Amino acid sequence: MHKLLVDQPGEKKFLLGNEAIARGAIEAGVAFASTYPGTPSSEISLNFFQIARESDLYFEYSTNEKVALEVSAAAANSGLRSMCIMKHVGVNVAADALMTLAYVGIRGGLVILTADDPYMFSSQNEQDTRYYGKLSGLPILEPSSAQEAKDMVGYAFELSEALQEPVIFRTTTRLNHSTAPIIFGPVKLPETSGNFFKDPFNYVTVPAVSRNLHVKLLKHIEEAEQMACESAYNFITGEGRWGIICNGVSYNYVTDAVKDLNIIDKSRILRIGFSHPMPGQLIKSFLSKCEKALIVEEGEPYMEEAVKALAQEANLTLSIRGKDPALFSRLFEFDPAMVRKCIAAYFGVPYEAEMPADVSDIPDLPQRPPNLCAGCSHRATFYAVNKAAEGMETIRPTDIGCYTLGFLPPLSNGDFLICMGSSVGTSCGFSKATGKKVIGFIGDSTFFHSGIPGLINAVFHRHDLTLVILDNQTTAMTGHQPHPGVDMEGLNYPGYQQVSIESVVRGIGVEHVSVIKPYNVKKSIVAVKEAISHDGVSVIIARQNCTLFDKSFKRSVGRPFYVSDRCKNHRLCINELGCPAFYVENDRVRINSTLCTGCGVCAQICPEHAILPFKQK
Amino acid sequence: MDIKRLIIVAVGGQGNLLASKVLGEAACRLDVPVRMSEIHGMAQRGGVVESAMVFGDAVSTIISDGEADILLSFEPLEALRAIKKCNSRTVVITNISALPPFTASIGKGKYPDIDTIVQQLKSKVGQLIPLDAKALAKAAGNELSVNMVLLGALIETDILPVTPVSVEDAIRETTKKAFLDTNLKAFEAGRGAVREQIA
Repeated sequence: MHKLLVDQPGEKKFLLGNEAIARGAIEAGVAFASTYPGTPSSEISLNFFQIARESDLYFEYSTNEKVALEVSAAAANSGLRSMCIMKHVGVNVAADALMTLAYVGIRGGLVILTADDPYMFSSQNEQDTRYYGKLSGLPILEPSSAQEAKDMVGYAFELSEALQEPVIFRTTTRLNHSTAPIIFGPVKLPETSGNFFKDPFNYVTVPAVSRNLHVKLLKHIEEAEQMACESAYNFITGEGRWGIICNGVSYNYVTDAVKDLNIIDKSRILRIGFSHPMPGQLIKSFLSKCEKALIVEEGEPYMEEAVKALAQEANLTLSIRGKDPALFSRLFEFDPAMVRKCIAAYFGVPYEAEMPADVSDIPDLPQRPPNLCAGCSHRATFYAVNKAAEGMETIRPTDIGCYTLGFLPPLSNGDFLICMGSSVGTSCGFSKATGKKVIGFIGDSTFFHSGIPGLINAVFHRHDLTLVILDNQTTAMTGHQPHPGVDMEGLNYPGYQQVSIESVVRGIGVEHVSVIKPYNVKKSIVAVKEAISHDGVSVIIARQNCTLFDKSFKRSVGRPFYVSDRCKNHRLCINELGCPAFYVENDRVRINSTLCTGCGVCAQICPEHAILPFKQK
Repeated sequence: MDIKRLIIVAVGGQGNLLASKVLGEAACRLDVPVRMSEIHGMAQRGGVVESAMVFGDAVSTIISDGEADILLSFEPLEALRAIKKCNSRTVVITNISALPPFTASIGKGKYPDIDTIVQQLKSKVGQLIPLDAKALAKAAGNELSVNMVLLGALIETDILPVTPVSVEDAIRETTKKAFLDTNLKAFEAGRGAVREQIA
């Protein structure tokens, strides 16, 4: 039985925040879940994917976050407790559905989980999702710890059903990827058969209907504010006059800081766990008991703006600070020492910071950047494109996935990137605006996510570009989730139908389509040359299974290679491919045979044919 | 309960996530409060993987610069890179078997001399315990049990509020049965290596 399905209330397990959240949903009787994978949220859905195989939970990896939200919105409006999981930038993709779903509302509870990523450990921006609460009018809940997150999921479903609105459950990387002992509660059996009651004058959002629905939404926001004021997740500790308002993981740093600074008796802490709508009455009453207040929140001054406005309404003139050149930044993540230091500075408490070891005399250390894996077929594809386009002036927009790493030397493929699917749309624009040859790169999962509309645009407008679709048969970067182009039967998951990228591309009307096997270097270069000399839209599908995924099934490509004494140290292998299986020893290139997957790409480019396979593995 | 802060650094694929999980499970068994934070998005792509573990009465899950009581490093260069997490009292345990980053392997940047790394670490922290975890793991039967060797070394310092028995139990429960014997041997080898150094 899956470890998160065990119905033993009181059991304690050492779980990842994301596992705790999945468990919380199981305890709340979640019946339906959908997602598009995105770090740091991915492990929640990974657990649902496994759990769905051995329980009544319906779970799907949808093609993108907007589809995922629409799928879950329908389930919730059929009365099923549903959950939709995405990373913060995924909310942007889902936003169109989100904004009007707030008007329509739901019947069965719907929890929309977003994972924000302060410091951008694995994201392209660090946007603060809390503003989506303000924008849509939907309630937002924010836990501070893994245990609280588990418990709060149950509350989120109850709140959603009480208000008849979806609830946004906002987490951040340091909660998703923290691990702690979690105490299990009882499991609620889900209601799994949905029923939709037609009511077009409340469900079909033509203007006349929406005008009424907006009125209803405002009423719900008002009710939600009352609930926020009374919610046990907005709580106060301490009875001092130094006010601190905080949320999420910042609350942990504040709790430790007031203890370390020995000011527990002087401080009064308001932890906001229900942050949209902000609990107005509660905050006013809190401020009235403080002589000054500090707002501790990562990201934007979301609470600070609200608190300052509320103070003005209540005619309170105390000093309220948060984001300030001398205090907290809107940039990056917080840490315990930073919070301790700012609290000490603002309230005038003597504090001596711990002195970190002096690093001034440590020389520049060689970096250890993440790299495409040894044997990764993307490397071979980038090499083929570099050779085919040698001497040409090209612009190469890229996209989101492992292959983004191809922008680094020596492959240097990747000139522009803003979001999922942007390689295609920006290729259109660069081609038209500059008249230069444009070669875009997009992964298979990203192509299905949001690449297709861009490609249709390119065909319709007869833009001059080549799109390379890197098809490694999985969503590799986020942990090998399936997508519509994956052969699920082959992975022993029955009940799916594979969508052929090639058929989609031809169906759109792309005139020049070629499928290459990137490990075959010569043929790949020829195919890319043909594609980029085509006037108009051409597509290359570079198809080779992800080598890391194959490894997990013990499906290996071949025998490892070694560098024989025929080597004359041209070093094209290192300087043009840069596979991490290479290393230099006594000025000679060597291959680490445990890393080498036997793809044989380097052997094909060596001018001396010096790289040979081992006879026996 | 006293607060103890541990930073673990490693290169993706060295098994440090399993080591920290074992340690967390061991603390759980003893009802020792423990919280951990990990950044592992790039773990499988050869990047640096860092775990922070906080034992005792604190609620934060991460550790600020200068505030680690112990640094456990799976790789000497990474120990030096993580030195800003340490202060003049920190105990540093490091594997001295190098895994040069690809950048250095291909001549972009130079991997520092191991002795230089050891000297620099020594001059900046309270105590340095260097050991060749790879050799010890190999001797215990599996080169890949570097994580268990280092776990043994860590436990032998007796700084964390977890017992050797609780860690052994956690190893039994958490690691693959096929590797259990070599894992326990490797754990013991790590403890032995530190006993020798401290004695």
